Amino acid sequence: MSLLIATLAIGLVFGVLALGIYLSFRVYQLPDITADGSFPLGAAITARLLGDGVDPVTATIAGMTGGALAGAITGAIHVHFKVNALLSGILVMTALYSVNLRIMGASNVPIKANTIFTPFEQGATAWFGQETTILGRSVPSSDLGLLLATTIVVGVAGILLVLFLKTELGAAMRATGDNARMLRALGTSTDRMTILGLALSNALVALSGSLFAQMQSFADAQMGIGVIVLGLASVILGQSLIGPVRSIALAVIGAVMGAVLFRLLVAIAIRMGLDANDLKLVTAVVVLAAIVGPTWLKSMGRKRGKHAPT
Amino acid sequence: MLRLDSVCKTFNLGTANEVRALANVTIQLAPGSFTVVIGTNGSGKSTLQGAISGAFDLDRGSITVDDADITRWPEHRRAHLIGRVFQDPFAGTAPGLTVAENLALASKRGKWRTLAPLLRGARRGEWKDLLAQIGLGLENRLDDPIGLLSGGQRQSITLLMATLTSPKVLLLDEHTAALDPRSAELVISLTTRLVAHSSATTVMVTHSMQQAATLGDRLIAMHRGKVYLDVSGVEKQHLTESELLALFSQMRRDDRFDDDACALVAAQYR
Repeated sequence: MSLLIATLAIGLVFGVLALGIYLSFRVYQLPDITADGSFPLGAAITARLLGDGVDPVTATIAGMTGGALAGAITGAIHVHFKVNALLSGILVMTALYSVNLRIMGASNVPIKANTIFTPFEQGATAWFGQETTILGRSVPSSDLGLLLATTIVVGVAGILLVLFLKTELGAAMRATGDNARMLRALGTSTDRMTILGLALSNALVALSGSLFAQMQSFADAQMGIGVIVLGLASVILGQSLIGPVRSIALAVIGAVMGAVLFRLLVAIAIRMGLDANDLKLVTAVVVLAAIVGPTWLKSMGRKRGKHAPT
Repeated sequence: MLRLDSVCKTFNLGTANEVRALANVTIQLAPGSFTVVIGTNGSGKSTLQGAISGAFDLDRGSITVDDADITRWPEHRRAHLIGRVFQDPFAGTAPGLTVAENLALASKRGKWRTLAPLLRGARRGEWKDLLAQIGLGLENRLDDPIGLLSGGQRQSITLLMATLTSPKVLLLDEHTAALDPRSAELVISLTTRLVAHSSATTVMVTHSMQQAATLGDRLIAMHRGKVYLDVSGVEKQHLTESELLALFSQMRRDDRFDDDACALVAAQYR
């Protein structure tokens, strides 16, 4: 039970990541690998600032801002120097590796100070005592606080994202991904929209990284590896959960649900004996299957159709 | 008023594919006029539209709308002055956004995109009336993603979007060429109605000699990057489809000579 609650909480933190990847991958149709650098960037900035005695909220917001800056740089390289979007992301991601090491001063930094979750954990403990019984099983109350905190964060982030995408600016961003030529003809700089969109996407990714570090009580230079694929897995899984809907709210909910479900599946797989070292390989294969599978199945169906009697 | 002054544009300068798309073109279009532009393939008629809309930088010359010199303005900055409809019926609308959202984006043409909700204060009633005018039952589909609509329907909406904010200039780039005949007819009749009610200086490029003969109050034929023929007023009104076809075969005959030979021979035989 305790494992389940902890898994849900981590899943929700990755839900914030999924929101960021949803923005770059679904709205801009651009798998932005900057995420692999901005996720640990958020973690690094927060860990460093917490170590320096800064309060957790400021440290978290600072991490998010760092991510926004990284995304803006990727966007600027892409639109101003006409560098392929993927390559721009790779360049920034690579550069961020050094930046993160500089910020942390070591490849792994423990977080000993109070985090953004501490008040929730203490509150839950004060309210319920050390242990609570859920469905006949005993769990540490602090885990419940953690779950509440992550639910609030992902809920607020998701609602703000949905509302934002329905503003003039947000709709212009959607139109940029949908039909950039049209938006230019309507007098909006698609360059500016791309930079802004990638900044927002990476701010969410960095927020996720910052929360993840605070939850695990450490930041690590390696923690970004495969983040983009994890995010893509969540978004794609979420889409298959809710089907081909056109409502933004549902798509966003789907992305978060996808992240949680993916985390649960991972926890189950590891429990059943999957070597954690094989996780990235499995994730990559799952994402490939999810992307290629539907078209492949359809083409198989067509081929079979050819031989069917008419 | 739209003014092009000695506009020159050469593509792929210094390569085997060098094309003089616009060679010293000077045109002045009166405010509210409706000009039809025709021309052979590669004559520069689409380049002319690109030059006005800002799709590329000019080699030489200037473009002014009313008193504003827009020659150096990037494409998106010109947009508050210029409404556009493209040849590709899917190019003018964003498929994932609803009809209402597309119209709302167009109603804020050239303005800053703010954090205000896009559809707050949307003039739905007004839009419904406009959509009803098209006659395709689109007035009931404001909240459908525009990607669900057909090419003809989307092109009609693009036309509404282009004229929604009363731009100074309206550019129509072979906007019926990719449509089936019935949709094309519908879009043309909508065009005629909207242009008549608009104060925009309209420039329509077309391949259809029938459209060229019946529409507009001025006709410009482009050939090899230059204005080959420019008629307006009564002369334009009396222009027929067959005369235009004759004009085309004449342009093609000219094409068989190189520039110098053409000038030499034309002087003797005309």
